[in-house]
Amino acid sequence: MADVKKHDTPMVDDLKSGPWPSFVDDIEQKGLAGKQACLDLLGQLELSFKHKETHWKHGGIVGVFGYGGGVIGRYSDVPDKFPSIAHFHTMRVNQPASKFYSSAFLRKLCDIWDYRGSGMTNFHGSTGDMVLLGTTTDQLEPTFYDLTYQMSCDLGGSGSNLRTPSCCVGKARCEWSCLDTQQICYDLTQEYQDELHRPAFPYKFKFKVSGCPNDCVAAIARSCCSIIGTWKDDIRIDQEAVKAYVGGELKPNAGAHSGRDWGAFDLQKEVIDLCPTGCMYMYGDELKINNRECTRCMHCINVMPEALRPGTDTGATILCGAKAPILEGAQMSTLAIPFIRMEPPFDEFKDFVDKIWDWWMEEGKNRERFGELIQRESIQEFLRRAELKPIPQMVKEPRSNPYVFWSAEEVPGGWERDIKEFRARHAA
Amino acid sequence: MYEDNPGYNISEVLSNPYDPALSKKLYDPKKPMANRITDIGPPHYEQFFPPVIKKNYGKWKSHEIVEPGILKYTSETGDVCYVVRCGSPRLITTDLIREIADIADKYGEGFVRWTTRNNIEFNVDSEEKMRALVDDLKGRKHPGGSYKFPIGGTGACVTNIVHTQGWVHCHTPATDASGVVKAVMDELFDYFTSQKLPAQVRIALACCLNMCGAVHCSDIAILGVHRKPPFVEDDRISGVCEIPLAVAACPLGAIKPATVELDGKKIKTVRVKEERCMFCGNCYTMCPAMPLADGEGDGIAILVGGKISNRISAPKFSKLVIPFLPNEPPRWPTVVNAVKNILETYASDANKYERVGEWAERIGWERFFEKCDIPFTDKSMDDYRLAYDTYHTTTQFKWSVHTDNL
Repeated sequence: MADVKKHDTPMVDDLKSGPWPSFVDDIEQKGLAGKQACLDLLGQLELSFKHKETHWKHGGIVGVFGYGGGVIGRYSDVPDKFPSIAHFHTMRVNQPASKFYSSAFLRKLCDIWDYRGSGMTNFHGSTGDMVLLGTTTDQLEPTFYDLTYQMSCDLGGSGSNLRTPSCCVGKARCEWSCLDTQQICYDLTQEYQDELHRPAFPYKFKFKVSGCPNDCVAAIARSCCSIIGTWKDDIRIDQEAVKAYVGGELKPNAGAHSGRDWGAFDLQKEVIDLCPTGCMYMYGDELKINNRECTRCMHCINVMPEALRPGTDTGATILCGAKAPILEGAQMSTLAIPFIRMEPPFDEFKDFVDKIWDWWMEEGKNRERFGELIQRESIQEFLRRAELKPIPQMVKEPRSNPYVFWSAEEVPGGWERDIKEFRARHAA
Repeated sequence: MYEDNPGYNISEVLSNPYDPALSKKLYDPKKPMANRITDIGPPHYEQFFPPVIKKNYGKWKSHEIVEPGILKYTSETGDVCYVVRCGSPRLITTDLIREIADIADKYGEGFVRWTTRNNIEFNVDSEEKMRALVDDLKGRKHPGGSYKFPIGGTGACVTNIVHTQGWVHCHTPATDASGVVKAVMDELFDYFTSQKLPAQVRIALACCLNMCGAVHCSDIAILGVHRKPPFVEDDRISGVCEIPLAVAACPLGAIKPATVELDGKKIKTVRVKEERCMFCGNCYTMCPAMPLADGEGDGIAILVGGKISNRISAPKFSKLVIPFLPNEPPRWPTVVNAVKNILETYASDANKYERVGEWAERIGWERFFEKCDIPFTDKSMDDYRLAYDTYHTTTQFKWSVHTDNL
């Protein structure tokens, strides 16, 4: 055994049992093989279990030269007890789009991190980065040089800048993707490198790309600009496959409900009656869809993937402003552009991004998310600044109060009036 | 168009072994811009596609779930791709990543993928390879007996919990993350490896209201919450933060600038109107001299009924149904039981395809609380921005235990 010291961690050790992969066992084994930081990390976690409070200090500004993000400073507040994690900074490394890796890539990343850091990672952070957990300030620049020279990798975003864009598996392995999600994600990441590394925004800004309305990267809930694939033409139908589902030869929902006996598949009950717009019906033994009424919710396609496929006239719906509750309350993204073609070099989309960033950088307050700016200044102002036309698709329902901000130009004669003329008609 | 980017083809840099001495030759602290490569972004994704993925990009026709955790994709070219999906705790060591790389070499032609929910996916091009891989994965266990690579997370299941860092590596948490997730997933393991729920159930954990884990649209959200107002360290505050920023940090205007006398000297600080504090912790984010973590005060709230997908109904926010449960490391039994109770009540009552939120809306929230036997309190009633939108303004409601003794 390597020359390392294991702390007494009875509570943490309790998390070694049970079937779900034990992070404790993984970290402890790594520690016993020679990484004291791993054992100190478990030791400090035991102390947190005892106190029911964190033992990491607030903040600490560290980074690599020329970048304002990508590194997060972290210091233990009990460094005397756990000296090898006294400094335990994080480096966010921008992941390849949709997180496919080669074994050679992973091994070399591990080589670097075993040498430079604790050997601990988050694979991955919530935003999508490969997160390298735990190193000291003096190792930050060498790690950065290792990553750029020996991995051709770069850091991800943190702080008030563009955060690392992320995307779903897309056309790489999903028949429903209406977008080249990886290509869009990669292109935007490259286009906006300056915005990603050098904080110039009021607060964080996130792009997320999902290939279809199933939205596997949760773009609509957590990105300032959600790019979600959709189609304009008709759902493709294979009537023979529809019959195969009805006849029980194919499993509904690709077999997703195999663990319980839900009875024989009932096309009427499970698809036609659950369609939110009621746009499907049987005509003889053929399934018909009134595509003009379809809102592309994906349910019928999810249930019968062999029989139904999205159309081929594809593009993206763009929605803006999602965020978690801090500060003004949680928001989901609001429909901005119902349909836009997403093909390289994505000029029309980038033009839109320029407009909304200009507005946010001019008007946004410190630490105001883009969605909060829309709330504060109004959706009308958003549409004006983005040069978008208001359409009924942008609202659930029209407003129920009459407090319209008319402008002088919209009213005949404008707002310049003479009170004397008014009084000539009306005694005071 | 990005062919000139060094990350466009990294086969050469990857073919060289790691050289720990190289950076010392390149980086000079006195001339920090010398030899510095910047703004190259991530490596191009395509070089990490397994051959079957690369060949069939954009040509996939359909898929089926062969058994829980195993998917089969069929291409228009006739090719198939089997995917074996495994859970992971996300917080993993380089040793585990090396083991994953070895498995990828043995079965997946040297490639592997991670999903948005921290599952690991091995892609193989034949059923034979898939079976060998599955047998291999099932045999890999940690010393304590847990699976290294549990297979599941597909279809109508509880897939991996997305979560934050908690006490393992964060400075603002109100609870742990990895420990709670391990405790919950151990108890719900059978739901990860099977497909017996009415629909998929997405569980997420965020260890404070910042919600790095974006739990606000999850079927079941486990959220760390504080319940004591922040301290104000008068002797530190002006040295570690700007007082106007601390004042502006409070969304309710509960923080005011103040001057106090300390050791005979007048110093600038702030005061908190404690009865107005909603424990969001934003002041501590902005000012290190206003900590609010507290072993007794902190714990977990449970929110339910959120969703991301646009399927059938629009995406929904999760709603707060249990305002507080205590932190009980290492196994958090009260939280685990609360989550399991909601999951199993839903599983026994919902219709096929119905998500937790759709079920709750169909039966009515009064019935949700009744069926789950969760006490309803005023803490589940919104009193923040836009609260009025959540109030019932109709005479249409259901009789339930809440009205039976009227």
